[in-house]
Order: sequence, then C-alpha cells, then structure tokens
Amino acid sequence: MASPATGHGRDDAWSLRVVDVSKHFLAPDGSDVHALEGTSLSVAAGELVSLVGPSGCGKSTLLRLLAGLETPSSGELWAGNERIAEPSADRGLIFQDPNLFPWLTVRKNLQAGLVARGVLREKRHEVEELMRLVGLEAFANAYPHQLSGGMAQRAAVARALVNHPHVLLLDEPLGALDAFTRMRMQDEVLRLWRARGTTMLLVTHDIDEAIYMSDRIVLMTPRPGRIERVIDVRLERPRQRNDPRFLALRAEILEELHFAGRATSGAA
Amino acid sequence: MASQGLELAAPPAPTVSAGADIQQAGEMAAPRPAVRDVAAARPQRRGRLSLLALLPAVAAAVALALHTWLPNGQKGANPTRLYPALLSGMIAFGVFVFLTQRLWRPIQPTRRTFLYAVPSNVLHWCVVNAPLPAAGVLLLCAWDLVTLKFALMPLPYFPGPDAVIQTLVDDWASAGQGQPGLFECMTHSLALLFCGYLLGAFLGVTCGVLIGWFRLARYWGMPVMKLVGPIPATALIPMSLMLFHSPMMSAVALVALAVWFPVTMLTLSGVMNVRGSYLDVARTLGARPAYLIFRVAIPAAAPSIFVGLFMGLGASFLTLVVAEGVGVQAGLGWYIDWARAYSDYSKVYAALVIMTAYFSTIMTLLFKVRDRVLVWQKGVIKW
Repeated sequence: MASPATGHGRDDAWSLRVVDVSKHFLAPDGSDVHALEGTSLSVAAGELVSLVGPSGCGKSTLLRLLAGLETPSSGELWAGNERIAEPSADRGLIFQDPNLFPWLTVRKNLQAGLVARGVLREKRHEVEELMRLVGLEAFANAYPHQLSGGMAQRAAVARALVNHPHVLLLDEPLGALDAFTRMRMQDEVLRLWRARGTTMLLVTHDIDEAIYMSDRIVLMTPRPGRIERVIDVRLERPRQRNDPRFLALRAEILEELHFAGRATSGAA
Repeated sequence: MASQGLELAAPPAPTVSAGADIQQAGEMAAPRPAVRDVAAARPQRRGRLSLLALLPAVAAAVALALHTWLPNGQKGANPTRLYPALLSGMIAFGVFVFLTQRLWRPIQPTRRTFLYAVPSNVLHWCVVNAPLPAAGVLLLCAWDLVTLKFALMPLPYFPGPDAVIQTLVDDWASAGQGQPGLFECMTHSLALLFCGYLLGAFLGVTCGVLIGWFRLARYWGMPVMKLVGPIPATALIPMSLMLFHSPMMSAVALVALAVWFPVTMLTLSGVMNVRGSYLDVARTLGARPAYLIFRVAIPAAAPSIFVGLFMGLGASFLTLVVAEGVGVQAGLGWYIDWARAYSDYSKVYAALVIMTAYFSTIMTLLFKVRDRVLVWQKGVIKW
C-alpha cells in the first residue's frame, strides 16, 4: 500500500535513536532501582520493532522515555533530528489499558488530540473517517464503559492516530484482550502500519505476537534492564503462525530468555 | 417501555460480545433517570383497576372522619374549615387518580409534549407510589390525634395540623405586625442561599483545583485548609458581622464559607487522584497545561466535586438558618426566631413545613444537575 509519507525527508523525522540511556528510580523504600542501564537502539523510519522480555527489564520505561513522559538519568533520546525532552503529538502512545476518557463519548475521545492541539475545526472530518476505519461508527455516541475490551482498545488506537503521529509507541496494547480478539487486532494494527508507514515500537510479553508482527525483535533482560540481543525477523508478510521457520525462531527466543524448558536451558 | 424492565432486571454487566454492546448502546441513546418504582414494571391486567391506587383517598377519608367526629381535646384550640377542606380535596383527587390510573404513563418531556408529559408523569407517580402519599396523610392524621384530638401534647408548643395549615395561608403574604410574610421570607432566603452557595462553590472549586494541581499552592494552601476548614462557619458570626457591616452580606459570606470548605477539600482530593495515565495520554496527544486542567483533571474529579457540592449544600442550609437569626430582617431562619420570641409555635411549624419542601427541592435540583453532568457515570457508580 502507498504510504502518505514515503519520500524525501521522511527518514529524518520518523526514526528513533536511543544513545547510551540509563534510568534510575528512587523506590519507595529508598533504594535505587536501575530500570535501564546503558541502552542504545536505533529504529529506522517505518520500521516495526518489538521489545520483548520479562517484567522489570525496562521495556515500558524505555517506551515512556521515548514518549517524553520521563527524562533519562543519563544518555540521549532522539526523534529524527530532534532531542526528546517532552511529549509530542508526533509520538503517539497506546497503553495496555485503553485509558479512554470515561467522561467523553467515543467520538469526543477520538477528537481529543485535535482539541488539544486546537485544530478541531479544520480536521473534524478525519475523526469520522477514523471511526469507520476501526469500525466504531455505530458507537460514536457511546460512553467508554459501554464498549467491550476490543472495541475500547480500537478506540484508543484510533485516538492515537488522529494526530498522524510519525511514531507509535505501543505498551502491550493487546495484552488485556482474549486470544481471538488479540489475533484479529494484530492484523488490524499491521494494516494501519502498512497504510500509514508509521514507525512502531511495540512492547509485548507475547513472543508469537512479536514474531508475527515485527521487523526486528529486541530481547531485554532485567536487573538492571538492558538489551540482550536484537533478532531480525526475515519472514515474508503476511506471516503464517505455523510456518516451521516461525516456530524455530520462537524456540530460539525462548532459549535466549531461558524459558525453553529444563533440558535445553541446561544445555545452554 | 421495553428498556425499563431490562434495567430493573439486570444491572449493566461487563460485556464482551458485540451484540450486547449494541443493545447497551441503544439503551444509552435515550438517557433517562433510572426507574425506581417496581410497580411500574409489573404488567397490568387489562380491565381491572389497581386497588393500591385508592389508598391515599381511603387514608384521607379516615383522617377526615376522625377529625370531624372526635371531640377536640386541646383547650384554646380554634379549628378552622381549611384542614377538612384540604382532606376533602385529597379524597376527590385520590378517587380521580384511581379511576384514571391507566391513562398515565411516564413520558420523557420534550418541548412539544411538555404540557402533557409533566402532569402525566406526576399522576403516574401517584399511581405507582400510592402507598407513599397515603402514609403521608396517615401521618397528618396521627399528628391531628396526638395534638388537637387527645391533647397528648399541649398547646401552645404543639399546635395541630389544622392550625399550622391555617398559619401557612394567613402568613403567606404578611406575618402581621408589619413583618414580612412567608413568601417574602422564602425569596429572601433563596437569594441569600443562591448568592452564598454559588460564591462558595465557585471559590471552592477554584481553590481545590489550585491546591490539587500546583505544588506551591498545595504547600501554602493545605495548612490553611487544615486550620480554617474545621471551624464551623456559624462560630464566625460575630466576626463576620463586624467585617461586613450589612447583616445580609455577612450571611452570604458565612454561607459561602460553609460551602467553600467541603467543596475545596473534595475538589483537591479529586484532582490529586486523577489517574496519571489519563494525563499521560493527554500529553502524548499534544495537550498543554490548560487542556490538562480543564479537560482532564476537572472532569475526572467531577464525581468527587459533586460529593463536595452535596456536603456543601447541607452545610449551607444549616448556616443559612443560623445566620438569618442574627441581624437579618427577613428569611425563614429569621421567621422561626421571630415567631419563637412571640411563642407563636404554629408559625414555627409553618416555617419548618416550608423549609422541608424548599430544601428538598433544591437538593433534588442538584441531583438533576449531577445526573446530567455525570451522565457518563450512569451504570458505573450509584449513589
């Protein structure tokens, strides 16, 4: 599919660069938590990269740093040629919890980004298109508590897309959904990714999801959180979940994370 | 209405399937206040009138019979024809409601149907909630018996319903001796309450948002809140009278102060407890601080703000009545004080009757505002 953003200049603004970033927190008990230690990563424009690893490995922290919601203890983060210092409408963030504003209808939730930037008047029609795109036009006037989990998450994705962000940061966006809804949503996210050419960084617990969706998989390990290995996924799209190469890659990642089972992990 | 029974049968449950979502969305399309009366959902058999609807008329007939045929026990009582006339009217109205009961349906009032919808809703309420007005009439009857009839409670402290109702009518325009009547007292109190409450609520929400949002405002504001807040506004009456010269201004200030504290407290707690992820989402959507405060923090805190507004309303009634007893020359609080000074207790009770109707109406109005503003909470939180 043709991307609206293909062409010159795109690579600069749509890529991400993490340079030797560390992030320390002060835990409530006074101890120093090393959430992220000396991490470097480059994500090319239009690339879909997954961050995989056990909890506490700093993948959500990395995402919040890239969103500009946190500042690093040391190191630098770049979006194209711009240093990331604060949140920007160019970098959308989607959480595991849809976090729709419960006091707004679905339509008003989708308009939130336009209202926040003061461009609702010019771009109002885009919200209607987005609602059709994610199949929520019948629920435009419903309140979030009336939606099912999958619908709420679709609304959350649409809300993040309304600003045409260059980069989408997805923090386990499908983690709370049931297996079938989840697989359908994976295809929907891929469809959006292809249609818009958005750079995507996806945090996930689900190795199958990472292999199915991403160009590269970044494996992270905890205490302190850092990048263990980066794996290229060289499978042609659309991918088959039961492809032998898919399963081989899955086994490799599980082994890397020491979850492959007693016998193999002993050998490794 | 189909959705009525549905609402009663099953509170909205979390749903997964799209079908259930559509059903819920359809229900949402016409937001209505939740139906409380169980009888409304009960299918009525054609051709038979519910005898339940006759209860108020029966109760009024009993009250009228006892009032007419029992001898008066209280010495010095001077019964008028007003109370029996009122009871006769109730009997007539009750019989009318009973006979026409199947004509009245709850209707959502719109501009076009307004003239028909309002009486229809009221009469429908009378039909399905017939035991309530009946109990009210029986209470009047019991009051009549223990005072006027059996004199278990003496005059002048405990006049019967007859005397109080007569006072309500007599004192409506003027209380005698050139003093303002009940109507003027009502408007006077309303003006005072309105000014004081709005001022207090506005200041409360403003202070609450400032203290809840800005660290510096919290540092300096919280100690002030903790020191000044718990002082009952009524204890500040002498100071307030000196500060403001005009007793009217002083009363407004006291009511405002009484409202300000709970509204501030609940607003700041609501603002401080806004889910961080709502703010994070808004910031990644490009929100500036003004959007974060007015479009995220305040709406998210609205349920808590309304708790404060309700608490403030209760406090404002109390403060109003006390403050009006000092210096002000009209108002319901003043009227009670003045009547008590003359030992005219039927005036005291008349003022209490008015206050009951008056304050509960204002409370109901605030509930309506709440239902409208917090419509997004429907089915999430109930109180």
